[in-house]
Amino acid sequence: MAATNRLPAGPMARMAWRNLWRNHRRTLIMLLAITVGVWAMIFMTALMRGMVDQMIEDGIDALPGFVQIHHPDFRDDPSVENSLAPPGPGLLEALQSPEVAGWASRVRVPAMISSERDSRGVTLLGVDPAGELALGFNPESIVEGRFLESPDDSGLVIGRKLLERLETDLGKRIVIMGQDTENEIADRGFRIVGVYKGKLAALEENYVYAGRSTVQTLLKMNGQVSEIAVTGRNYRDPGPLLDVVSDAAPKDADVRPWTELDSYLGLMLGVMDGFVLVWVVVIFLALSFGLVNTLMMAVFERIREFGLMQALGMKPSAIRYQVLLESLMLLLLGLLAGNLLAVASIIPIRDGIDLSAVAQGMEMMGVSSILYPSLYFQDVVMANVVVIVLGILTSLLPAWRASQYRPVEAIAKT
Amino acid sequence: MAEIKCVELCKSYQQGDAVVKALDHVTLNIEQGSFVCLSGPSGSGKTTLLNMVGGLDELDSGEISIDGQRVDLLGKGPLADLRLHHIGFVFQAYNLIPVLTARENVEFVMQVQGVPTAERREKSMAILREVGLEGMENRRPAQLSGGQQQRVAVARAIVSQPKLVLADEPTANLDSVSAKHLMELFRELNEHHGVTFMISTHDERVMRYAGRLIKMQDGRVIDDVKQVPE
Repeated sequence: MAATNRLPAGPMARMAWRNLWRNHRRTLIMLLAITVGVWAMIFMTALMRGMVDQMIEDGIDALPGFVQIHHPDFRDDPSVENSLAPPGPGLLEALQSPEVAGWASRVRVPAMISSERDSRGVTLLGVDPAGELALGFNPESIVEGRFLESPDDSGLVIGRKLLERLETDLGKRIVIMGQDTENEIADRGFRIVGVYKGKLAALEENYVYAGRSTVQTLLKMNGQVSEIAVTGRNYRDPGPLLDVVSDAAPKDADVRPWTELDSYLGLMLGVMDGFVLVWVVVIFLALSFGLVNTLMMAVFERIREFGLMQALGMKPSAIRYQVLLESLMLLLLGLLAGNLLAVASIIPIRDGIDLSAVAQGMEMMGVSSILYPSLYFQDVVMANVVVIVLGILTSLLPAWRASQYRPVEAIAKT
Repeated sequence: MAEIKCVELCKSYQQGDAVVKALDHVTLNIEQGSFVCLSGPSGSGKTTLLNMVGGLDELDSGEISIDGQRVDLLGKGPLADLRLHHIGFVFQAYNLIPVLTARENVEFVMQVQGVPTAERREKSMAILREVGLEGMENRRPAQLSGGQQQRVAVARAIVSQPKLVLADEPTANLDSVSAKHLMELFRELNEHHGVTFMISTHDERVMRYAGRLIKMQDGRVIDDVKQVPE
């Protein structure tokens, strides 16, 4: 005796497939709903991921680096006094490890910049240009002039927006004023040798680049630096990099990953994973009403058939399998179409969507005006798994109903 | 072969405010290998009795056993097993699965039984030939006439040679030639393979094939006679 009293897989699948197309219109409408739902899950998630990734990447660009080493008091008081020695031999060796993609030490201090027309507070970055390039500074962001050429370059590179604010121009001299290690005001004239374009206007307004040695001399830092920034391979998981750097950093140094240096961005990354799941489930819940309705209708229309199957010897559990298989086929078809549609919608916009019409609003959120969708395999898997798992769970009710009819009553239904 | 014992079967249905006694203390003993016809007017309880014997409905009281096994005490699963392996049904309405072809409908029970494909195919084609549906095996029920559908249903009921066939008006939609052919087939299965038949019918021609004729009225057996079949 067959223990389950159900059709073999092949005939069962064939029957499920034919049943699915008994009512073409209803099946097509449900397929359309699943397709649009899956598309919305994947496409909108890719856009949201893209936006958050961009916020994070822009945020890391502003840091920059995945891990930074500071004087223990630097985060509370980012002044020239809270500086540290440049990397020693132990740290230099650690910075050669495979986890490290690039590193740079720099001076980062608050300063005042003045043109002949205006003055503003800025963050003065004293950098080694080679290190900054290794860290990820994009040379193409220089829109006028050039970037710094060496740590003792006497020029200054400022943001496009700051250039406008100061009503000055490339090649003109401006004055930088800061506080040196002796608590004296130190100032110096710099010629603007380059103008950069930042992803956010706030960056352009706030950060000015000068040669590290030039700034150290100006502020009498005696070779000290404000921070050592290290970049790794995967910003989503800075843990291994943090371990390498922490082990080699001076004992009293403050070593932190970017998720702590900018806790808002770090939180954003964590929240996003949860948000994607909620988003996918919410869309599915809307979809599930249609799915249950469709399956219930299909069950009600076939009460007599289910009674007949039982009368012929199929067990109630086999009837449930039959209905669940139909539901699974519907879900798989919808998933296939939804996935294809989502990928087909994302490919044409992979070079970014220009949202410059709402650029100001986007910037308030910390996002630049070009939005790049980020299609993550894990998000696609999550959407598919949610639809399959919840879809099958949702189908249990109609399947259970189909198996509960008494054969004699079901057969008598017209 | 199947021996059926029915003891004091009672079944009532609620119809509006009235309670209708579909079976009223019916006691029957049907020997294995019998060819029994149930006759009587509509509402006399013939179909209800067949449904009870086949385990399709629940009794109010009484006992039914097939080959000593109490049908009325079986759960859904064992009942399904019993129907699958030992009972063939022919229903009043043809009750075919609309998405399956004639051959697939005939093969359905064998598929659930787990009969290998080649054997299934051979048996189904042979039985369809037997009931005069050769060449129509790939048609779906909607493409067949009422009589043809009924023949498919009969073919499905007998293809796996069950011990017992319960047939409710099997010739109702057949012309006289097809009806005669079908009854000859039933008789052949009964005489040579020992299949027990319980057939409810109004058709005098069918009754003539039976070795025993049970008349029912208002849920009771009013006459039970043995006869020499034609």
